Amino acid sequence: MSILVGSDTRVIVQGMTGRSGTFYTDLAIRYGTQFVAGVRPGKGGSRHVGLPVFDKVSEAMRATDATASLILVPAHQAASAILEAVSAGVEVAVCVTERVPVHDMVGVSASLRNSRTILIGPNSQGILTPGACKIGVMSTSDAMPGCIGIVSRSASLTSEIVAQTSAAGLGQSTTIGVGGDPIHGLGFRRCLEMFRNDEETRGVVLIGELGGVEEEEAADYLGSVDYGKPVVALVAGRHAPQERRMGHAGTLSLMGSRTVEEKADRLAAVGVLVASDADHVTPLLRGALS
Amino acid sequence: MFLSEHQSKSLLARHGVPIPPGGTAATAGEAAARARKIAADRYAVKAQISAGGRGLAGGIGFADTPEGVGREAARILGRTLVTNQTGPRGETVGTVYVEQAVEMAASLYLAIVIDQGTALPTLLGSLEGGVEFEEKAAARPEILERLTLKPDCSADPGEIRDFFRKLDLTGDGLRNAENLVTACIGAFRDNDVSLMEINPLAVLPDKAVTAVDAKVVLDANAMFRHPEFEELSNEILEDPSERIARENDINFVAMDGDVGVVVNGAGLGLATNDMLVDAGGRPANFMDIRTTARSFQIARGVSLLLDNPAVKVILLNVHGGGMTVCDTVVEGLAFAYSRSNRKPPIIARLAGQNAPWAQSILKDRRLPHELAATMSEAVARAVDVARGKGR
Repeated sequence: MSILVGSDTRVIVQGMTGRSGTFYTDLAIRYGTQFVAGVRPGKGGSRHVGLPVFDKVSEAMRATDATASLILVPAHQAASAILEAVSAGVEVAVCVTERVPVHDMVGVSASLRNSRTILIGPNSQGILTPGACKIGVMSTSDAMPGCIGIVSRSASLTSEIVAQTSAAGLGQSTTIGVGGDPIHGLGFRRCLEMFRNDEETRGVVLIGELGGVEEEEAADYLGSVDYGKPVVALVAGRHAPQERRMGHAGTLSLMGSRTVEEKADRLAAVGVLVASDADHVTPLLRGALS
Repeated sequence: MFLSEHQSKSLLARHGVPIPPGGTAATAGEAAARARKIAADRYAVKAQISAGGRGLAGGIGFADTPEGVGREAARILGRTLVTNQTGPRGETVGTVYVEQAVEMAASLYLAIVIDQGTALPTLLGSLEGGVEFEEKAAARPEILERLTLKPDCSADPGEIRDFFRKLDLTGDGLRNAENLVTACIGAFRDNDVSLMEINPLAVLPDKAVTAVDAKVVLDANAMFRHPEFEELSNEILEDPSERIARENDINFVAMDGDVGVVVNGAGLGLATNDMLVDAGGRPANFMDIRTTARSFQIARGVSLLLDNPAVKVILLNVHGGGMTVCDTVVEGLAFAYSRSNRKPPIIARLAGQNAPWAQSILKDRRLPHELAATMSEAVARAVDVARGKGR
């Protein structure tokens, strides 16, 4: 088992005919993911990398029984692409696009609230169930089917922890990048809930960093349940150069965002094993699982 | 994109937010001339730096006459202000803002932010605006009022009225504040503002309201629909190395240490610096090579470190992923070294996509390097080399 996506997930690609759309669609198909169609307004009826292309998401979904979408479009089209996926009833939409304006994401978040769509991203490397389904742009060379769920705000640190858990023989059930932007779809809390219910997942790694309120929300949730599985957290940015300009950090602190130390303390207080650095994650996991 | 005080105020004023009459000056003479044009009973002279806390550091002065304004400007211009937000090197004042000093019957705090928890714009306000507001609010959260706005930034008029009633405003003061916040909301929505703060928001004895200081942060990601951002960004004071890096798709923050850090990805960059500082090292920078950066852009980023005489060693930590592969980074590094007379030793930790290829580039180009198998090992070795412990 895994969470959200598996070997039977059928995926369309919004923006498939673009340069990165072509590249990452090809890689995902070779990995064995069931990519079934692409969407590109104006190119409906043609074929690209062996797949049919449709003008609209709804048409592609109807024709192929797809339930998931990978969104690889430029930043100025990202919000409308996500909104199209939401109104077409896509269950899992993964948006890789970076630099999406935050005001656009406010509108997207509002439309997600009463929808059946789970949005992963934007500015996310995507979701990977090793050996079964890759919806994203991550490297798969170090990934290995296994028992560790990884949920992360950082693509580069995810690569690091994937490689470490594979080297330790643990492997991964599913890895999810929630995205590096302040406003994004799926968050730590819901990922933790899903990993808790997933039989294959024996332990979870949470990769956080400075800023935002994801770690605080995760700590509140973990404090409210008997989670039943070890959770290891790495929160990066303890020694980040201080946000010195114009008191931005100060204003955000009014909104509940805490320092890295406070985030780590709150997680530790609810039983999370907090790694002192990136190389400390796997030893902690091994200790907790043995 | 953090706008300066005068940029912030002129943006707000364009949307109808009242501000005291004023303008910028780069010399004492210009400052006095500004004051003569404003013709007020009392003037404020304010250092224009890209950090807060300037008042406590001596960056704000007052005068009753244009001549006095000139003297205050002469005192402030050219000074290096060190505040809790500038970092230890401080910031040197090149421009002052001269404006009419207002008499405040009350000084409020007003802000609009996008709350990451609710993903909605949120209006914040307090009766106790002024210096060190964040510290006050951290100690006494009850002084902060908040109103969650709709996704399009709007609110029901009744809600805004209730919000200001909680801030003790009534009658004309209430009406003026409502008009001001309507103008602020328009400015926030129409300019892709990610953060707007007016502190203090003065209520004058005649119940007029005016923005005495303002900070506006624009969302640089929205530049594609705001060509005017480009010009504003050119006026903003910025560390030259940070600007070069930004133009080359690299997030870079200059720091005071001697270990130059070359890393792909923000998370890995933060984790590398954490480990380096814990091991007793002193980073010369924070670096996050964005996934869109190509080798030539990375070369520009590495050159910033090679050109810095404080840098004694380069710590190269790359975890090749699906978007940035190891050889892209190392090609850039090799190019920067080929163009530089300074060739500090490289401690390289290369993992993930195309790591063996990147290692062979280091070897074939005869770059002065040592390979490390793990992050911890690389960090420990870089600290040793920076301390002069041989190779």
